[in-house]
Formats: sequence, structure tokens, C-alpha cells
Amino acid sequence: MFVIHCPYCGEREQSEFKAGGEAHIVRPKQPTELSDDQWAEYLFMRKNIKGIQFERWVHFHGCRKWFNMVRDTSNDEIKAIYKMGEKPPVK
Amino acid sequence: MTNNLRVKSSKFIDETYKISFRFNNKTYYGYKGDTLASALLANGIHLVGRSFKYHRPRGIMTAGSEEPNAIVQLHKNTSRTEPNVRATEIEIYEGLEASSQNCWPSVNFDIGGINNFLSPVLPAGFYYKTFMWPASFWEKYEYFIRKSAGLGKSPTEPDPDMYEHKYIHCDVLVIGAGVSGVIAAKTSAKNGFKTLLLDEKPYLGGSTIYQNSEYFKINNQISSSWLEKEINEIKKIDNLEIKTRTSVAAFHGYNFLLARESLTDHIPLHQRDEKIRHRLLKIRAKKVICATGSLERPLIFDNNDRPGILLSSAIEKYSNFFGVTCGQKNVLFTNNDSAYETATSLLQKGINIKAIIDNREEVDSKLVKEIEKNNIKIYKGYTVVDTFGYKRINRISIMQLSKDGQKVVGSKISIDCDCLGMSGGWTPAVHLFTQSGGKLKFREDDQVFIPDKYPSDQVSIGSCNGEFTLDEILSDISKKLKDFLNIKKTDYENLEIQSHFNKTKRNIWLLPSDKIIGKTKPFVDYQNDATAKDIKLALREGFRSIEHVKRYTTTGMGTDQGKLGNMHALGIISETAGSRMGELGTTTFRPPYTPLTFGTIVGRNVGEYFDVFRKTPIHDWHVENKAKFENVGQWKRAWFYPKENEGMHEAVQRESKAARDSAGILDASTLGKIDIQGTDASEFLNRVYTNAWSKLAIGKCRYGLMLNEDGMVYDDGVTTRLDENHYIMTTTTGGAATVLGKLEDYLQTEWPELDVYLTSVTDHYATISVCGPNSKKIISKVIPNLDLSDEKFPHMSFKNTKIDKIKCRVMRISFTGEQSYEINVQANYGKSVWDKCIQAGKEFNITPYGTETMHLLRAEKGFIIVGQDTDATMTPIDLQMDWIVSKKKYDFIGKRSLYRSDTIREDRKQLIGLVTENPKEVLEEGAQIVLDTSKSPVEMLGHVTSSYYSPNLEKSIALGVVKGGKNMMGQKLIIPMENKQINVTVTDPVFLDKENKRLNA
Ligand SMILES: [Zn+2]
Repeated sequence: MFVIHCPYCGEREQSEFKAGGEAHIVRPKQPTELSDDQWAEYLFMRKNIKGIQFERWVHFHGCRKWFNMVRDTSNDEIKAIYKMGEKPPVK
Repeated sequence: MTNNLRVKSSKFIDETYKISFRFNNKTYYGYKGDTLASALLANGIHLVGRSFKYHRPRGIMTAGSEEPNAIVQLHKNTSRTEPNVRATEIEIYEGLEASSQNCWPSVNFDIGGINNFLSPVLPAGFYYKTFMWPASFWEKYEYFIRKSAGLGKSPTEPDPDMYEHKYIHCDVLVIGAGVSGVIAAKTSAKNGFKTLLLDEKPYLGGSTIYQNSEYFKINNQISSSWLEKEINEIKKIDNLEIKTRTSVAAFHGYNFLLARESLTDHIPLHQRDEKIRHRLLKIRAKKVICATGSLERPLIFDNNDRPGILLSSAIEKYSNFFGVTCGQKNVLFTNNDSAYETATSLLQKGINIKAIIDNREEVDSKLVKEIEKNNIKIYKGYTVVDTFGYKRINRISIMQLSKDGQKVVGSKISIDCDCLGMSGGWTPAVHLFTQSGGKLKFREDDQVFIPDKYPSDQVSIGSCNGEFTLDEILSDISKKLKDFLNIKKTDYENLEIQSHFNKTKRNIWLLPSDKIIGKTKPFVDYQNDATAKDIKLALREGFRSIEHVKRYTTTGMGTDQGKLGNMHALGIISETAGSRMGELGTTTFRPPYTPLTFGTIVGRNVGEYFDVFRKTPIHDWHVENKAKFENVGQWKRAWFYPKENEGMHEAVQRESKAARDSAGILDASTLGKIDIQGTDASEFLNRVYTNAWSKLAIGKCRYGLMLNEDGMVYDDGVTTRLDENHYIMTTTTGGAATVLGKLEDYLQTEWPELDVYLTSVTDHYATISVCGPNSKKIISKVIPNLDLSDEKFPHMSFKNTKIDKIKCRVMRISFTGEQSYEINVQANYGKSVWDKCIQAGKEFNITPYGTETMHLLRAEKGFIIVGQDTDATMTPIDLQMDWIVSKKKYDFIGKRSLYRSDTIREDRKQLIGLVTENPKEVLEEGAQIVLDTSKSPVEMLGHVTSSYYSPNLEKSIALGVVKGGKNMMGQKLIIPMENKQINVTVTDPVFLDKENKRLNA
């Protein structure tokens, strides 16, 4: 079980958080303009990387804020945490 | 039975404290300090069980938690009975009752033993191969397998014991209180770290604490005396907590560990009442020091499993610690110096050693020379090729090894014995390290896996790190601790160590035999009866991956997880397959390290504490009025209110009729309520619901349907505009938390520019719904000032008002199709307002109804329940709710998905109504719906989602989803049941009052 550093509350147990999948997938501003394939790409396709992955988390049983996390999925090491809207750190 | 198996008094055993216990229905005696295993051995008993597959007689093999064979059932036929208890771990107490497992009728005469003679036809994968076909026979096979196999019996009565969970936070956790662990814990605690030291045994000091030999000294003191002083000192340190009988079960990422503290398993049953039996410790440690020690390896040769064959280190412990000799004609068989340590200890106590068989051709350590001086015959370069004796070993035969160790040469020598100790060297106990995600490396010199890469702030020290001899352990420990704890010095900088141990080892994973392998039984996994022959067979049949071989042969899959034999299995695989050890990796060690009881896992969360439950403010009234409850999420909801002699059906029929004939009242407090405020609140609702919200007037209510981005219905409910920038949204009872979460997600991550604030107010309000033709009269009595005329207060509108001084919101909305008012008051007034409604409704026979009647009433009107009539594969179009999907809005969550090629298919499952040919026949929810049963396979068109007998329509009604159902009105379909077919007709899902006349009646 991870210990996660919420950017608003500080260190908390993983059980207070929920994972929200891959980060930086922007909802298309004009969905009606998209073909079925383009929409499906947004809706269904995720990278599911073994290694460094950018993902979304929410402090669900806490401040309820969403934030981003860079995590190595091969060993669960959390490399960085940054707020929504902030630029992802460069490797 | 002779009692002279107690060789010399031991300070760990209290011989003045005699304890009687029963084993297989016979009474025996032991002493305080004994384990069941040591007490049985002292009584001359080796045979304790039968093996799993071949039912071979098996005895005690080890003296610790790695024991594969000596597993027993405690307290048979009582509520405290427990299977698979290791006799080597359980401490005896007055009244202990143990029996052998896996044998019938008795351990001495076991009918399953016939399997031993059938073993040529019981090879690896036997169960897979034989019992696969035909599939329809599986039930019969399973019955047969379960009867003849199985390890122990589970209790049939509730567990009388108490368990609990406890969180512990510490700076440094030290696992294992052997010599390394004690030194580490003392160093850590004395440097100011809050330290926790755990050991699975009831005492501290590991194996060094009973090391009485002159050959192993620390600072010129016998190692055990030196360690004893250290232990006495650490007991006095304030910031060091020590827990014995505490086994670490799991080591998860981020230094989160689970340990089981055993508190009453060693005391008589009558003293256990009101005490906690096991405590599950949930430990979060900043740093972890693994000092988990090592396990001695057995040797793999023909018939290496007979009772009387033990690990050499176990024989040493039984003699040194428990003062028990395992045999009177002992032979030791080894490939390294460890067995000579055992020999020294046996000699010290005057126990007979007949011979030592050593794989190595040259051995010259001081230890060996001392043994030779005692005229003990050492067969150098020899191996055991076979053993004899059915229920107890009585003879072995040995032969000389060829130079390359691949064959045996020369002639056989036979040696009588009653006990054989084997030592194949040591395997570091890296189980916890690997559980934590640690990576191992293979050390070629002595063929062991040792920790390589640490995934968290942890370190392994001592023999679990591959440092097996006292000088190796102690020469390095000071530096390691300084580096790990980041401290300047320790008390152990210049220890003077004497250790006469030579590290050479001749490692042969599978010892050669004069017989072909097919005629031998060299056991690798004792508990699961897997032999080297099985492993070779698996490789011949094409298995390569260690994980596959493991599953096919069941090697390492017992309750001991193959602690003894896994390394040999790997060795044999790599030798046979010609690959290098280490390339193959190891199998994965999974938690728990030793089995946990279910009680430990659930702790206090049993019975009414199994889960938290939520009560509405009106809950007590429901209880007083004999409601039956159903669980909806964590809520307890009134399900129906049976009157005397009423069953559920009668009660629901009465409640449903009363609600439509006069008046019904429902506690709807559990509905999710989200307060929405902000200048962009209307725009926000436009984006999350399928219909339009901008034009909703203040004081009006609207039903909304919420989709997932994939276009599937996610939740529904009525939302009311309280003010220009203020709405209150209701969600389904079960969906409240996830809907709020989803809305917050969009607000924070997709539309942060919107000025909208969401607050969950589900628990802040009690919601009372009064419905029926007389509801208006009742509400007018409760709130006399409120103008209830249809002009002033029409359907789908809301009023802020007061009941006496209590502020309330009244919505005129309906989930039943009847005229209906929903009163929302601050939760703590809920009960009193409810009472007022009941009082006012008395003259109208106001009838409280529960969720079942609510479901029935809405089904009569064809209203869906999200989650019952939908299952995340239904779009609003599938539900025939096209009317609620705005054509004008540019976008809302899920809109684009509504015209994907898949969602516009005409033959999707669509919601329809069903009526039965026989109006009395009520369909089963979940039943399949088909058109034609004549050709096979029968095409499944869909299934029934809701079904009731409607007392208002006096017929059976149902909702269902059917492929292309929209265009099947009037179509006759069939519901095939186990012993009949029910004929149904597809109808409109709205069964009652299609014109909605009743809303304003
Ligand atoms: Zn937070």
C-alpha cells in the first residue's frame, strides 16, 4: 500500500485515494466533429505502460482534489506529484 | 514408551512442570516449553501423518514454521478445531488435543496408502490428465478426490475466539530476533529510533541461543552466553518494543507489513475466554531490517521421506533446546559442515552417532577433525541411495559418488539406524524480501539466491542475506547498520569471533542412485508429494517455465509454499533443461509467509460489525413498526412492513394497493442529494445531463438522465432549481457517492473554468414522500398555510415552506405515477415530521410502504431503476427514452457515443414490457427470453429485468430487455424455465395510466 503525498494535505495512506487512469487525455472540445475512430481513440485507448506512467489520482476520502502522479508501474515508485493544470515534470 | 529420550535437562524446558496432552486419542506427557513435535519425539513418536497423494507415512522433519509433514488437526469436533497446525510450532498446554490429518481410518493403517503402490499410474499432472474428460463427470471426480484427499477439516461452528487489528508506526522494524536481529534492534533503539522487534518463536535469540559448542565464541564467550546478555539488555530499552510469537505474514510496498501476534494459542482452552486470540498488526515502518534467517535444505535421494528422517539442524535443536534425542542410532548425511555442528551437540549429550555420510571427498575443518577423534565413521564422497522401514526408518544403503557426482560407483554399504539427519546447506529466507518487490541474485559459489535490489528503505542482514557463519554475520554487521541507520558507531565494531566452520559444500540437487529414476521416489515437495521424477516428466512433456512446472507438478503449492524443496526443484529444472540457475528466476513467494486464520484477517469485523451501516433519521420508527430491511449500499432501507401473518408477497400487495387507492408514505431519505451552486450551475447541468436545463424556471423540478462518456446510462434523478444559481440534485441511493465523484472529476479536470460548487447533503435532509389520491389532503393538514392547488403548486414544482417553525422544502414529484409530495427537512426533524404525516393520514389509512412496493409501483408506470433495468450497456435510446435526449445541445457527457456505429444498431437490446399469457404467472427476474426453442443452440434474445404481480392491474407485469424489442410490440415470446415454458407478449413498458391522469387526480 502506497503512501501518497497529496499536494493539498500531505502524506496519507493509499486507502484514502482512488486512481483515475491515464493523465493528460483531454476531452475533445468538439466531439461532434470527430469520426467514430477518433472518438473511440479518446474513449477507449489507453497506453497501460510498464514503466513510467502519468496518471490521475484523487484524494477521495480526504480533500477530494484531483492531481497528477508520475509512477513507475513496474515497482510502484512515485516519481512526482503535481496539481491539475500544472505542467508535467520533464524526465 | 521409554522416557530416556530426554537426554539432558535444558534451560528452555521446565521439567518440574508436567503437561498432559492427547495425540490420536492417547494421553502423553511433556514439559512446559515443549512444542507438540518435541513432546511427541520425547515419547518416541515420529509418525504423525500421511502424505497428500500417496498416503505415505510421514514424520516430523523440522523444528520450525517450514515444517511440511507434521501438520495436525487440533481439537477435533469442537468450535475451536483447526486444521493444518504445524506440530513444530504449537506449544503444548494442559488439555491439548491433536490428531493426524489425511488418513483413514488411522495414521497407522491408512487405506489411501494403496496409492503408494499405484504410484506408477499417479504421475505429475495426474489429476489434470485423468479427470478432465468428459466434463460432465467432473462432479463425480470432485466427490471422489475430496473424500480421499484434503488436508484437515474446517470447523462447522462459529469461532468463539476474539481477534483484533492494530496499527503500528515505527522508525525501524526488525524482523527476526536471532543474533543479527538482536544486535540490529539494540543498535537502532539505542540511537533513538523507535524500534519494533518481531519474532515468530516464543523466545529471542534464534538458533544461536542454544549454541553451546566451544567451537563458536564471541568475545571469548560461548555464543549463546554472549547473546543471552545482549537479550537481557535490550529488554530494558524504552523505545524498543519486542513481540514474540509474532509472525510477519506479508511485506508490501512502501514498507507496509502485516504480522500476526499469537496471544492465546499456547494456553489451555479454559483460560482463553475474554482474551484476544490473534492480533493482526498493520505496520508502517520508515525502515525495515530483515533478519529472517535461513532454512536448512534437505537432500534429494530415493525414499528421503520416511519418519525418522529429519533436517540435521532440527535434530540439533531438539537435543540442545528441548533436551530430546530424535533417535538412538543416528546417522547424519550432509554436503557441508553443518551436520558436524549437530554431531558435536549430540556427542556433548552422549547421544550415539553411527556414521556421517558426506558428499564431499575432502573435508578438513577443525570441526570435522574433532568428530573424527571421537571414532565416528565418516564416509567421505558417499551418498545415501535408499532408505528402508515403513513407519520408521530402520536402515539406509549408501554408495560412493563418482568424481563428477553424476553416478554412484562401487558396492552398496548398509547401515542400520533409527534416525537420519540431512543437511543440504542453507537457503536464505528471502520470502518477505521478495514479497516487498526485492530482486534476488544467484550466488554460484554455494548456489543460493540472495537479496540484490531493495525496492524500499530496507536491508537484509545475517543468514537471510547469505551470511551463514557466525564470523561472516558479525564481521560485517556493524558497518551495515552504520550505513543503513546513518549512525557513527555501534557497540559491535571489534567483536572477536571464533568459528570453526568450513564453508565448502558439494551441491548436488538430485543425488544419483543405482536405480533408474523411474523406479525411485526422491521427494522434492513433501507436503504435495512431488518427486524429482515428476519434475523431469513435466520437462519431458514440454513445460519450461518454472511457474508452469510448479503448477503441473504442484511443487511448492502446499500450505508450506515449498519452503524446503523449491530450490531443489529449480536446480533439477535447470540441470535437466540445461539452463543456468538464476536465469529461470524463482517462483513467486506470496503472502502469507505462514498461514493466517480467517479470524485474524477479519478481526472485529464480524456479525453486526461486518460493515458499517447507515440509518435514516426515521429508522427507529421502521424498527418499531416491524419493517423488514434490505441493504442498499450501506443503507438499511425499510423493505416492507408485514402485518401479522403476512409474508412479503401479501404485505407488498396490500401496501401497493393502499398507495393507489388512498395514500402511502415512503422514507426516501437515502436518495443522494447534491447541492449545486455557482453562476455556471445551469451550464454545468446542461453538460452532465442529456436534457436541457437553462430554461428551467426557479421553483421547478426536472427529471434528468446522466450518461457515461460511452453513452450508457449511469444515474438518474430529479433536480430542482431553488434559485437562479442554486440547484439541488437527487441521485439514486447507491449512486450518490460515485455521481458526486464523477461530477467533481469533470469540474476539476475538464471544466475548471466553470464557477460551480458541489456539496453532498444526503445526510443533511430527511426525505418523506406521501403519495396517492389523498396525499393532497394529508399534506394540507400537515402544512395548512401552503396553497396546494394545481395552479399554485403544480406537478414538477417546489415550495419553500415551514411546518410550525421547521423550514422545509416540498417538491411535488412522483416516482409512483400518483399525485405525490416529497418533504425535505433538516435530518433531526425527520422523525417528527414523519409522525405528523402518519397522524394526519390516519383517517385516510395512510400506509407506510417499503422499497419493494416502491419498485412495484414504478414498474406499473414503466419507470426504470438504474442498475436493475440497466446494466451499463443501455443507452437512453435502448430504454425508449429518446424524449429525454436533447437534439439541440451541442454537447453533453456521452452525447458523441450515442451515434457510434455500435450504439445506433437496430438490434441492440431494448427495454420493453412483458405480460404473461396466464396473468397469475409471475416471471423470474433474470430469466432468459427466447423466440424459438426448436433449433439448438437456442438464441437468447434478452432477459427479464423487473417482474411483479400488480394488485392494481390484477395481473403479472414485467420489464425486460430484448434484442430489437422496440419493433416487437405484440410479439409472442417464450421464457424457458427449468421444467416449463412461459408464454409472454411484448408490450409497452408503461402498464398503468398512460395519460398520466392520476398525477392530478
Ligand atoms: Zn488531500
